[in-house]
Amino acid sequence: MRTHWNIMVVDDEEVMRESLAAWLREDGYTVDTSVSGKDAIDKAASKEYAIYFIDLKMPGGVDGIETMMEIKRLQTDASIIIVTAYATVDTAITAMKEGAQEYIVKPCNPEEISILVSRIIKIKNLQRENVILRKKLSRQYSFYDIISKSPKMMEIFNLVKEVSSLRSTVLIQGESGTGKELIARAIHFSGDRASKPFIGVSCAALTESLLESELFGHEKGSFTGASAQKKGKFEIAHGGTLFLDEIGDISGKLQINLLRVLQERNFYRVGGTDQIDVDVRVITATNKNLADAVKNGSFRDDLFYRLNVITIQLPPLRERREDIPLLVNNFIDRLAPEIGKEISEISEGGLKLLLNYNWPGNVRELENAVERAIVTCKTKILTEDDFGFLNHHTERNEFSLPPNMTLDELENRAITSTLQSTHGNIKEAASILGVDRSTLYDRIKKYNLPRN
Amino acid sequence: MKSLYIVPIGHVDEEVLRTIEVALWQVFGFTVQRLVPLPEPLYAYDGQRSQYSSALILRELTALRPADMVRVLGITEADIFIPMLSFVFGHAQLSGSAAIVSLARLKQEFYHLPGNTELFLNRCIKEAVHEIGHTFGLIHCSDTSCAMSLSNAIHLVDSKSADVCPNCAIVLEQNIKKIFPGSGVENVP
Repeated sequence: MRTHWNIMVVDDEEVMRESLAAWLREDGYTVDTSVSGKDAIDKAASKEYAIYFIDLKMPGGVDGIETMMEIKRLQTDASIIIVTAYATVDTAITAMKEGAQEYIVKPCNPEEISILVSRIIKIKNLQRENVILRKKLSRQYSFYDIISKSPKMMEIFNLVKEVSSLRSTVLIQGESGTGKELIARAIHFSGDRASKPFIGVSCAALTESLLESELFGHEKGSFTGASAQKKGKFEIAHGGTLFLDEIGDISGKLQINLLRVLQERNFYRVGGTDQIDVDVRVITATNKNLADAVKNGSFRDDLFYRLNVITIQLPPLRERREDIPLLVNNFIDRLAPEIGKEISEISEGGLKLLLNYNWPGNVRELENAVERAIVTCKTKILTEDDFGFLNHHTERNEFSLPPNMTLDELENRAITSTLQSTHGNIKEAASILGVDRSTLYDRIKKYNLPRN
Repeated sequence: MKSLYIVPIGHVDEEVLRTIEVALWQVFGFTVQRLVPLPEPLYAYDGQRSQYSSALILRELTALRPADMVRVLGITEADIFIPMLSFVFGHAQLSGSAAIVSLARLKQEFYHLPGNTELFLNRCIKEAVHEIGHTFGLIHCSDTSCAMSLSNAIHLVDSKSADVCPNCAIVLEQNIKKIFPGSGVENVP
């Protein structure tokens, strides 16, 4: 491992520079040398070195401490060893304060310097190993780009594997941002249709007629603007999977059309007379409760039963909080290089804040929060300060009391607010407040509250 | 036929020179020849440290270029140093032509212990093999019994052997083949 690390020796004195470089090369390190601080800074801009040996006193304007500070700015991970012939407490303190890892006085014992270098390299090897292991761990907990170690999600992954090669329709239910499309893709790509198309359509994004044309295609001249024949998504997805997101939002007419395709496995293009046979697996998703929609009549029960052959209920992020650290690290590893920031981790406080947050927008909201924090972060570690925008949001939602409030005042406010929300309905207000009507009447009298 | 050369710098005991000659022939397979002794390295003396700069002595050694020379090893009684370190047992040009070994700290007397010729000669062999190994491109070996393992204290010199480990032997053979294609290899015993 040690041969992979580069070391830089910076000294204006040739014998000193070259003899130390030669001595380190015998240990297998790749060693470059610089004759001045400026030369070293120039080289540091284009190549990374694990350790810099920098002579404290160098002529030519840039001394050892200045060189170190500039190099630290370019390569925050670099270990700096300041070398000097004369030890003074002041310079040692300055060097250490400015970020030197070690301060050594030449000549030093060869054993001492060997131990020092191998200790730094050992730490660097461990850090590198840590990064590799984290990547491996992330892969281990990754199922078709879905990161989780939650038992609930493991059950879902198993279900996905079991149903992936069936033709049955799948209904994926879950709050917004829980990864419904990722699950649909996982079903498609882990099954025997993986080499065929996966076509996704968001049903909420289009008007009824556009969606109809989008799904089933149209013949030339079938409506104004239909200047050419167009294949629909059902045709394009032939042999593969059609993923219909926001299925709870489709109109009654389209519900009938969809039911027909699912039953007959064929359809007609809009304005067309030729029957088109298709072999398409349909996966649908919704963040609405389709069973309720069936009850209130806005969704056809026969279509519901057709779609609901296999149901996958995705848990919201607040019910799989154990995944938050895993997800955050994954987002940092992926997003930080994209954004061009050298951020490798999150502080304990930052993670605690994320673990306590409710995540109404689920994994998508978490990803956006991490991205925003990376963009605004000024250091190498994300801290709670970088997630201030979430804190603010949390505080707003938290129950808060004005100072010096008495219990009577609190009761008064609770009753007033409940009566307002029930428009003066005593029975309803008593039920909400968990007291009987006579008790509520007593309190209204006690606090002299208006009934409406 | 290519030869390894050894050169005494100042006075060096004949027994030491002969012992090193045999050891280098055994490990590296080249015939070993001796150059005329060089004078005491007064030019390399550092009054403040009361030691001799190994870098300056090495510079002199690189100027020696007999036509059949493979590598040259300087041997001196002088206590040598590089500016960064308080001392070195030896100093070599990695994959270069010259190396030097100092006998000063290989003697038991340096550590205020009774003399021990056998131990001293063993240390001489180990350091000579180690430094010439560097000139053939070998770096420090993690096998602590290998002559190429790092010795920055005398007990580490004593705990290793005078021979290179099988891994270093393979690298050595390859490096010699690269430097002298078609020749030299047959010299390796």
